[in-house]
Amino acid sequence: MTNRPANETPWEHFHHEADIGVRGYGSTVEEAFENAALALTSVMTDLSLVDPQTEVAIECSSPDVEVLFVDWLNAIVYEMDTRRMLFSRFSVSLNGELLHAKAWGETIDVPKHKPAVEVKGATFTELKVATDDDDRWLAQCVVDV
Amino acid sequence: MDLKKLKRAGEHQWLIEPHGDMRVPGLIFATRELVEAMDEKVYEQVVNVATLPGICSPSMAMPDAHWGYGFPVGGVAAFDADQGGVVSAGGVGFDISCGVRCLLTGISASRIHQVKTRLADALFSTVPAGLGSRGQIRLNNRQLDDMLEGGARWAVASGWGEEADLERIEEHGQVSDAKPAYVSDKAKERMRDEVGTLGSGNHYLELQEVAEVHDERSASGFGLKRGEVVVSIHCGSRGLGHQIGTDYLREMVLCAGSYGIRLPDRELACAPVHSPEGQRYLGAMRAAINVALANRQVITHLTRKAFAEVIPGSELRLLYDVSHNTCKVEEHEVDGTMKNVYIHRKGATRAWGPGHEGLPLALRPFGQPVLIGGSMGTCSYVLVGTESGMKLSLGSACHGAGRSMSRRQALKQWNGRKVVDELAERGIIIRSPSMRGVAEEAPGAYKDVTEVVDAAHVSGIAMKVAKLVPIITIKG
Repeated sequence: MTNRPANETPWEHFHHEADIGVRGYGSTVEEAFENAALALTSVMTDLSLVDPQTEVAIECSSPDVEVLFVDWLNAIVYEMDTRRMLFSRFSVSLNGELLHAKAWGETIDVPKHKPAVEVKGATFTELKVATDDDDRWLAQCVVDV
Repeated sequence: MDLKKLKRAGEHQWLIEPHGDMRVPGLIFATRELVEAMDEKVYEQVVNVATLPGICSPSMAMPDAHWGYGFPVGGVAAFDADQGGVVSAGGVGFDISCGVRCLLTGISASRIHQVKTRLADALFSTVPAGLGSRGQIRLNNRQLDDMLEGGARWAVASGWGEEADLERIEEHGQVSDAKPAYVSDKAKERMRDEVGTLGSGNHYLELQEVAEVHDERSASGFGLKRGEVVVSIHCGSRGLGHQIGTDYLREMVLCAGSYGIRLPDRELACAPVHSPEGQRYLGAMRAAINVALANRQVITHLTRKAFAEVIPGSELRLLYDVSHNTCKVEEHEVDGTMKNVYIHRKGATRAWGPGHEGLPLALRPFGQPVLIGGSMGTCSYVLVGTESGMKLSLGSACHGAGRSMSRRQALKQWNGRKVVDELAERGIIIRSPSMRGVAEEAPGAYKDVTEVVDAAHVSGIAMKVAKLVPIITIKG
């Protein structure tokens, strides 16, 4: 669980001229990854509109934690695209180079979710996975829309 | 961008003198105002591209350039494979072969206005648009590979369109040397039921009236008549292209170092043309170009179907189909001699001048149509490639307006429904599954496309032929 004050948003979008940056915070790197994934979904729709009904397992691996973060977001993009789903809850566990995760969501329902722009992929632009001065983890990159 | 760092090199041309690790100069085509409005990141990215191995042209930026990944969007650069030249996944972008196709209807705007609501509904229900939409076709593995190799030619052979369409498409509808074997299963899976879909974001299908003609001779050669309506289709290689971009960007980021390539920015990820990674990327990227061409071909077929329902007997002919996210081998003059080079155009349109033998005979006397998409509710342009542009910008020009505001800012500023209502008052029908998407694409979130096109025109890289204004927009 996170130690941050309850009123602090655990994710945010940051500015990129043509596209959009996604950023997640957390007391662990896993939590930062989970929250960045929420930021990813919110590029497309309002998170509160997506019911976490169906569970999907996601795995990826990389020796470089920043590359792993890009892989993680791209794995979600792939699952969304091929399953025609949106996700609103994520659980990540890291074991060395391996990432095991679960994502919960539902099939896209256009009238319900009113999805806007689709994310084409996560990029290496503004890519960062690190701790800040308060030992809080941050995971971020720009996604191409 | 700080003008003090640039040297004026000609009418609307700005030079960045080589410094640091730059192997060639940078060259920006834009008005003073457009350059001043460009982000400093564009300068940085133009400089970074100039450091890549084997670059044999200036590192160029078109008038609509903005901050991209590695390369600026609106970036053009050529590489000599025999001098260690590279191919870069970041230099092509995620939406491989995104482009614009323009269809001539020969129907007057006044006739279209009589049926425009029915036509808008017919198009919106026939052409799948928006996030999560599926096409009408589900392809098996064999059909997928055939499409990856065959492009629009495959689509026509499968019954989507006419043989005559093919000569009005770059590479006659099919890029050779596409290698489906180098395309991942994931990329193919993403495409299985996405053929014939528009996608989302800035992609659209639009009915436009030819509102102004700037060059009577070329317009007449192109079949563009004032007061008549054309259909413009803007979309790309869908999930397949996005996945190929994702796969190879990652691979190139990890392998560049092993070829001694020092990347000032990871997004410049590249590999030598003469390397296994480079060759595999080229084969996969060409397959994605074919998918984009097939996709626009299937959408053309669907458009014709919708038109036939509402205006029986209508005939939609292709003016041209041109992509703006590609890497292609072309012959250009380098250091005084003609040479085959690998030219990257990222958010930049090929713009061949008159007489080029790659153009269909009917267009050759005029030059290649350059199709420039504007923002929703504003205007678009048809330009033509020039002789001078072949030298100045290696036959390249701008591709659109370019955003001036992020999606987030646009969402704060506009309400989708209001944007639709305001445009309706001006006689423009918008059909979209997402009002949030409409707000993010509000006309005011983009640069003025006219200023961009005028900069291209005055600098001589492409000349204005006609201005198009929207009547119906189907927005993804």
